[in-house]
Amino acid sequence: MKKELIQDAELVSNYIKGDENSLSILISRHKQRIYSFIYSKVYDRDITEDVFQDTFIKVIRTLKRGKYNEEGKFLPWVMRIAHNLVIDHFRKNSRMPKFDNAGEFSIFSVLSDSSLNAEKSMIKDQVESDVRRIIEELPEDQKQVLMMRMYQDMSFKEISERTGVSINTALGRMRYALINMRKVIDQNNIVLTN
Amino acid sequence: MAKIYSNASQKKNLNLMPKDETISFLLNYSKALSVIDYNKLKFEALLN
Repeated sequence: MKKELIQDAELVSNYIKGDENSLSILISRHKQRIYSFIYSKVYDRDITEDVFQDTFIKVIRTLKRGKYNEEGKFLPWVMRIAHNLVIDHFRKNSRMPKFDNAGEFSIFSVLSDSSLNAEKSMIKDQVESDVRRIIEELPEDQKQVLMMRMYQDMSFKEISERTGVSINTALGRMRYALINMRKVIDQNNIVLTN
Repeated sequence: MAKIYSNASQKKNLNLMPKDETISFLLNYSKALSVIDYNKLKFEALLN
């Protein structure tokens, strides 16, 4: 076991010095363990192949950039990269759920839990409070129209009656309110998406 | 029952190995990639 670890370290060091053959030995020595590890998480050959490839691309780039710290732990390091890429894969997929054509039709693919999870509900609260703060920055007349329209769900006719201005003025104030809000969002690079 | 329990739950001969093309791609990628150091900055260049 120890012998193999030392050999790994030597191969890595030779590879960094430019010996491409060392990489070939390292890959063939560990490919089965790494591939099986990825497959045990994703259960899909094509995805495993992709993650395996991305893992070694990362390994190659890190080694060539001289950023690898040799501590005799080549395999655990590669496994950690593979593990992180598997997590990335699942994260990407949870953002873009897709139908699985391979197996039987699954009712869970069309049924979804519409309630927000803890993370999303925190983000939603954050976004809403950011929007409120931006609204507070608006001039009073624009803020008034926007609050009545968006938060009190009033029509422009009702707004014009309540504020004593014409419908066109109320519409104009709403328009400028939105333009000003966009400006503030752009200037401050505020992200208002969940 | 005995028959069910004696069945292997998973196929053993999965042959979990990456494709030859993948390995060959990685080796070629490695050969083609060169990192250029310039004033503490590192640039990557892929030469075909």
